[in-house]
Amino acid sequence: MPVVAMTVNGKPASADVEARTLLVHFIREHLGLTGTHVGCDTSQCGACVVHVDGRAVKSCAILAVQAEGADIVTVEGLAKNGELHPVQQAFREHHGLQCGFCTPGMIMTAVDLIRRKPNLDEKTVREELEGNICRCTGYHNIVKAILAASQAMR
Amino acid sequence: MYQFNYARPKSLAEAEALLAKADDPKLLAGGQTLIPTLKQRLAMPSDLIDIGGLKELDFIRAEGNAVMIGAATKHATVAQSPDVKKHNPALAALAEGIGDPAVRHMGTIGGSIANNDPASDYPAACLALDAKIHTTKRLIEADEFFKGMFETALEDGEIVKEITFPHPEKAAYMKFPNPASRYAMVGVFVSKGPWGIRVAVTGAGQDGVFRVKEMEDALAKSWSPDAVASIKIPAKGLNADLHGTAEYRAHLITVMAKRAVAAAG
Ligand SMILES: Cc1cc2nc3c(=O)[nH]c(=O)nc-3n(C[C@H](O)[C@H](O)[C@H](O)COP(=O)(O)OP(=O)(O)OC[C@H]3O[C@@H](n4cnc5c(N)ncnc54)[C@H](O)[C@@H]3O)c2cc1C
Ligand code: FES
Ligand code: FES
Repeated sequence: MPVVAMTVNGKPASADVEARTLLVHFIREHLGLTGTHVGCDTSQCGACVVHVDGRAVKSCAILAVQAEGADIVTVEGLAKNGELHPVQQAFREHHGLQCGFCTPGMIMTAVDLIRRKPNLDEKTVREELEGNICRCTGYHNIVKAILAASQAMR
Repeated sequence: MYQFNYARPKSLAEAEALLAKADDPKLLAGGQTLIPTLKQRLAMPSDLIDIGGLKELDFIRAEGNAVMIGAATKHATVAQSPDVKKHNPALAALAEGIGDPAVRHMGTIGGSIANNDPASDYPAACLALDAKIHTTKRLIEADEFFKGMFETALEDGEIVKEITFPHPEKAAYMKFPNPASRYAMVGVFVSKGPWGIRVAVTGAGQDGVFRVKEMEDALAKSWSPDAVASIKIPAKGLNADLHGTAEYRAHLITVMAKRAVAAAG
């Protein structure tokens, strides 16, 4: 079996995996980082979004071996020294979650979005959330939280 | 997924050699189509040859009267490229409208055209912009490349290297996206350039992307939305599925063509 090695949340991580192991399974099962969720397993819902070399990617649609040597950040890697990331803080303040299942993917998507487009408006946020599905909130508070975070991070 | 061997060649030459050697290999680029296909066990390749990270295939260059795009260039890179935005804004906008941000961060132009999904966007751009598709074996004109649903002129072991898009004088793409998948229910790309006038339709045809001669002729006489407004497309040969009937798609072609001509100005 191939050995894969990558950096996950700043730390080296490696394991023997089958070539067909998905990145999301490597993260959840081999590294025990269960913050990244599998909602659909069919590329639709975005619950599994992580950052690969700084870009939001659906970790259910990429093999672990494809991420060999990459720098991965999961939702567990956002808080620093016990302080929530501004996007996490904003989701909390603006009630951007109910059951929380979609939240890790929403937050990772939002962090990537704010980095790419610091001056966000509501329409852009809604368009950019195309690949993230939430069955609870109706999206309004998620959009509010992302707009608030983008303000706070300016 | 069934088991497979995985290799990440360091060069195009190595990728070709690996393709020639393996039993039943398949190229892997962004994986946004292939990985879901493997998950559903709809394919059982012996080897995946991963060309997604090949620097040699990841470039955008503006030279002379054309933009050259490497096959492994991601949709997000095309969408953001200053060269594409300047010389071919319709192509940049098309790339920005593919799927969602995570898909655009992985999916590649080479993977998209090699796959030739009948509802995908890039084939319409290639056909309407008279694109040249350079492979490891030859040059294929867009008119000769797309052969039918999920079928192309590519042979076994042939790798798409680069797609050359000559600059259009006017161009626009209008897509009516499926609200769930964002693939095109109908997408119409109109253009005017050294090749004359072209109208290419994706999402609608049972055999994939096609040109509409009657609209091209009408636009040659008068480049205006009105010129195509009264052209009715026959429903015969168009897709019908739970998202829409063939008649609905036929109607959408005229509507999207009209909007595209208006947007191209
Ligand atoms: C949720 C979702 C939404 C999407 N929405 C859209 C949309 O709105 N519009 C749209 O057009 N597409 C859409 N797509 C498809 C997306 O654009 C894919 O990225 C694309 O179709 C395939 O590109 P890839 O690089 O991921 O190829 P892969 O999945 O890696 O490969 C696809 C096929 O092409 C072959 N291949 C790859 N590269 C080459 C090459 N250089 N030479 C020869 N053969 C090659 C592979 O062997 C494979 O058979 C969507 C996908 C998803 C998951
Ligand atoms: S689990 Fe990956 S997109 Fe839903
Ligand atoms: S909060 Fe429950 S799915 Fe989004």
